[in-house]
Amino acid sequence: MTNFWQYVISGLATGATYALVALGLALIYRSSRILHFAHGDITTAGTFVAFTLLGYKLHYMLAFTLALLFGAVLAMIFYFCVLIPAQRREATQLGQIILTLGLGLILQGLVIRYGGTETQSFPFPLSDFKTFQIGGVVISHLSLGTIGIGLLTCLLFYLLVQKTRIGLAMRATSENLPAAQTMGIPTRQILALSWGLAALLGVLAGLFLAPALLLDPFFMLEPFLKGFAAAILGGLNSLPGAIVGGLILGVAESLAGGYVSIAFKNTFAFLVIILVLLVRPEGLLGKEFKERV
Amino acid sequence: MDLIESYKQELQLIRKPWTRVWVGAFVVFLLLLPWFAPEYIIYTATVIFIYSIGIQGQNLLIGYTGQISFGQAGFLAIGAFTFGHLSRFGIPWPIGLLSAGLAAGLFGILAGFPSLRLKGPYLAIATLGFGIAVYQVFVNSEVLSGGRMGLEIQKLDPILGLSRINFNYYFYFLIALLFTLITYNIISSFVGRAFIAIRDNDIAAEVMGVNLTRYKLLAFAVSSFYTGIQGGLYGLLLGYLEPNLFTFDKSIELFVAVIIGGLASVEGSIMGAAFVILVQQVFSGAKEMVPVVFGVTILLVLIFEPQGLYGRWFKMRLYFRNWPLR
Repeated sequence: MTNFWQYVISGLATGATYALVALGLALIYRSSRILHFAHGDITTAGTFVAFTLLGYKLHYMLAFTLALLFGAVLAMIFYFCVLIPAQRREATQLGQIILTLGLGLILQGLVIRYGGTETQSFPFPLSDFKTFQIGGVVISHLSLGTIGIGLLTCLLFYLLVQKTRIGLAMRATSENLPAAQTMGIPTRQILALSWGLAALLGVLAGLFLAPALLLDPFFMLEPFLKGFAAAILGGLNSLPGAIVGGLILGVAESLAGGYVSIAFKNTFAFLVIILVLLVRPEGLLGKEFKERV
Repeated sequence: MDLIESYKQELQLIRKPWTRVWVGAFVVFLLLLPWFAPEYIIYTATVIFIYSIGIQGQNLLIGYTGQISFGQAGFLAIGAFTFGHLSRFGIPWPIGLLSAGLAAGLFGILAGFPSLRLKGPYLAIATLGFGIAVYQVFVNSEVLSGGRMGLEIQKLDPILGLSRINFNYYFYFLIALLFTLITYNIISSFVGRAFIAIRDNDIAAEVMGVNLTRYKLLAFAVSSFYTGIQGGLYGLLLGYLEPNLFTFDKSIELFVAVIIGGLASVEGSIMGAAFVILVQQVFSGAKEMVPVVFGVTILLVLIFEPQGLYGRWFKMRLYFRNWPLR
């Protein structure tokens, strides 16, 4: 039984980071119907910025804040300088998805160029080795911090979307773009804000993943794909779905790794994607697909 | 585009006498290339031939049928390892190659089932999941991947007194030529028209009597067959296989080639293959710049020339044909 709770706790810690990644993806998909393939690469770039700043002996808080801002600004620049011109030229939805893929490739190359391909350890205020022990279940400071920050961010995000005027505008924009424009909502700025926020959530997840996974230019690929899986599990259209999906995926993966086979732990997430898409494409909390003929 | 007056004309591969001359000249040029080109160019051209097969297949799926797929690496791996294992049992290469294509095609049908319910982005993720799952199965299973040393494949022995590099060149050239002809024929047949109808509007296509289930799965099967063949040929050229040849980056590489070459065009697929390989050759000293070049090209192509390299080429040809009138 202790084993079981151990798996659940470590699954929750990874699940919290998946939830953050998934939240960003769902936010962008909901507002602009784009699958954001560069999400992982923006995260990597932001984490590398934090790493570089820490190398200059900056304080943790300052370095992390700057990294978060860097990610957000990068995503907004992409939205304004690439996506909007493409939309003016009537790029298809597929075209816009491929544009994010292009951005991802560019960032990946630049991170390798300026960050190097060696694996580095990422300095972090919380330790992965100091642990608490609660009734036989061991939890490291880092995991506890990750769960805490993940839940706190989800709460803040919920308050932003549901309780503020900006959140209202974001919901209106994602619900019906032309209607929101008619009502005088500055949809373009709201969409840019969504992109920025999504990148911010991603970089936050990256900062908490880097000390556990060790930093190299490809460290975000797997968490990013898992975030995708989580977003689909919960329903790409639904923000609470992303959080639930992330936590479920994290725990399920950890249990599968513990009880079934550690080698196929990672394959599990992709089987989940295919199964969910086959059985219930709208996800756990998403609304049903409707299509007009 | 040209005016087509009869069905017979529609079926013709080449419609103008001058085009026939240019295409003939190009094929003759490719046939004579090994006589005067240095060896590294011949080798590069060989790799381009191999890639152009798989990219044509993917273009059938992505460009003509409009189904987005990110699972190419999975089909490549399945084709390559099928071929590799069969050749270790001493099965001759034509049968091995055919089985490689068929195995990939079978899995293509499996991966195509989600396409019956899913569209656009969702399908992209399902196939992406498939591609990565296949990679991880190969990485984690030593029986399939041939263990830590990889899987060795007996290379073909040159015949007709050709040097190995020239023999490889002609061998892959003929296979690529064969597949290019097959692609052209698929497109101009009723199958190709069904694919295009599904891409343009699947509901209208179904109303017109196109069996969606059948043709969507067929598109997946054919494209994976091509990709599987590419995988087998690639293994045969390299002489060994390991799972790390088939990461997610490989899927991206093929996808990028389709987009940059030009959606829904066979010539574009070949240009895309050449682009992807040549960029990797030119930047072989600074590998980290390859994705940057790919990314920038994708941004430029999608914003300024959505038809890709083929679109640019087509416009240039039109410009010179009508010169000096516009």
